[in-house]
Amino acid sequence: MKLPRWLRPVLFIFALLVIWEVAVDLHPGQILPGPVAVLAALVELLQHGLLLKYVVASLFRVTWGFMLAVALAIPLGLILGWYGRGEMAFNPVIQILRPISPLAWIPIAILWFGVGDLAAVFLIFVGCFFPLLLTAMSAVHNIPAVYINAGRNFGLGSREFIARVLYPAVIPQLLDGMRITLGVAWLVVVAAEMIAVNSGLGFLIVDARNAGNRYDLVVAGMVMIGAIGLVLDLAMRSLERIKSFQWRSSET
Amino acid sequence: MSLAEPIVPLPDRKPKLQTRNLGVVYQRDGTGIAALEDINFEVSDGEFVCLVGPSGCGKSTLLNALGGFLSPTTGSVAIDGETVTGPDRRRILVFQEHGVFPWLTVEGNIGFGLSKLTRAEREKRIVHYIEMVRLQGFEKAYPSDLSGGMKQRLQVARALAVDPDVLFLDEPFGSLDSITRVIMRGELLRIWQTERRTILFVTHDIDEAVQLADRVVVLSSRPAKIQDILTVDIPHPRNISSPRYLELRDELLKLIGLAYEI
Repeated sequence: MKLPRWLRPVLFIFALLVIWEVAVDLHPGQILPGPVAVLAALVELLQHGLLLKYVVASLFRVTWGFMLAVALAIPLGLILGWYGRGEMAFNPVIQILRPISPLAWIPIAILWFGVGDLAAVFLIFVGCFFPLLLTAMSAVHNIPAVYINAGRNFGLGSREFIARVLYPAVIPQLLDGMRITLGVAWLVVVAAEMIAVNSGLGFLIVDARNAGNRYDLVVAGMVMIGAIGLVLDLAMRSLERIKSFQWRSSET
Repeated sequence: MSLAEPIVPLPDRKPKLQTRNLGVVYQRDGTGIAALEDINFEVSDGEFVCLVGPSGCGKSTLLNALGGFLSPTTGSVAIDGETVTGPDRRRILVFQEHGVFPWLTVEGNIGFGLSKLTRAEREKRIVHYIEMVRLQGFEKAYPSDLSGGMKQRLQVARALAVDPDVLFLDEPFGSLDSITRVIMRGELLRIWQTERRTILFVTHDIDEAVQLADRVVVLSSRPAKIQDILTVDIPHPRNISSPRYLELRDELLKLIGLAYEI
């Protein structure tokens, strides 16, 4: 039997849901709420207006933290990558700060910004800054010398060179790095919301557990996190499909 | 012939490019490695000169120094009597492969060096050079959709579009299959005969040199010195089974130090 491509994963997920429900029904107890209970919890959240509110809160923090990191880390990384001496000066600091988990910054974030959006945005910013910085630096290192030489040969000024050679040459690698980093940001926001704020999907998970062990709400929060993470990734991938951005896949 | 003696240019043409005691030494792990030593030769305006030599001898280094991409350690390069200090749009280097910009279409690549022209003038040149390299119908195509030979033709078109005096070609057909290579040689000769430019062409292919060049500069192994300069006195189109062709080919093989039989 020939199935359309999109139908296969849908059927597979449906089968998993059925197995999940059957397993939970066979072992009633505190193992895990079943998919039906989770769906009911999602409906409950929606009816209270909390689902949309928490999703928007989490996305708001991710957007700001991520965009701030993009705006600062990418230009800085491109400059450091281009000028080898700058990189030599900055590299030890980068290499020391980079392995520090963004979660380790939580106490400092609360100290500086208090409990609230700013602290969460800061944590996401920290989590995104270093991966993006390193992506931009390596993107510059990986520009084939022929493109740089050809750009110089046609007598471009530095502004033209940046716009017409440097930028298009690094864009596929930057988009790749941004996609992965956005995934990191989505991981960090959940952790940050468990501690530093009182709204958002991360807060929902902790709050549902603390206020009466509502594990159906916990899993509902997890499902939403997974679904939105998937949507974010698909959105970034659709950017990569723009023809003049995707040259690397076919041409090296 | 003495190696240091400058070659006398053909009497009816003025010298276009001239090197004086050109030498390049690379610094690697603290020691200097000589790549080029004491290179002296002249190229006339509109002349087609091939540079041949054993692989790794420094042919590409020489071309990069001539084009201004590499500062010579000793000596100098002059074009129209003016010392070369860096790359310049009046002399364009065509690379062996991956030289076209993959993020631009065929049109975009040919128009790359034309941003200072008016829109109408730019379009006119793009159309002209697309026709010249026979890429009609591929105006909107990206390089990833082109064959290796088409990409090299595109690179030549992009170079010619800025109206350079000198073209440097660094083994431009080296990565193509042998059939495409023969076709490309014919195309390059046709273009060279319509738009007379001075061409310096690096190759490691003896036949390619004898088929294309007015003169062939033979380089020794590293550090490269000029071993000899051979004038190919056969008019185009060249019969590649004529006795003179075979004679010159043999002479070139002998100069490079290859035996007659394998």
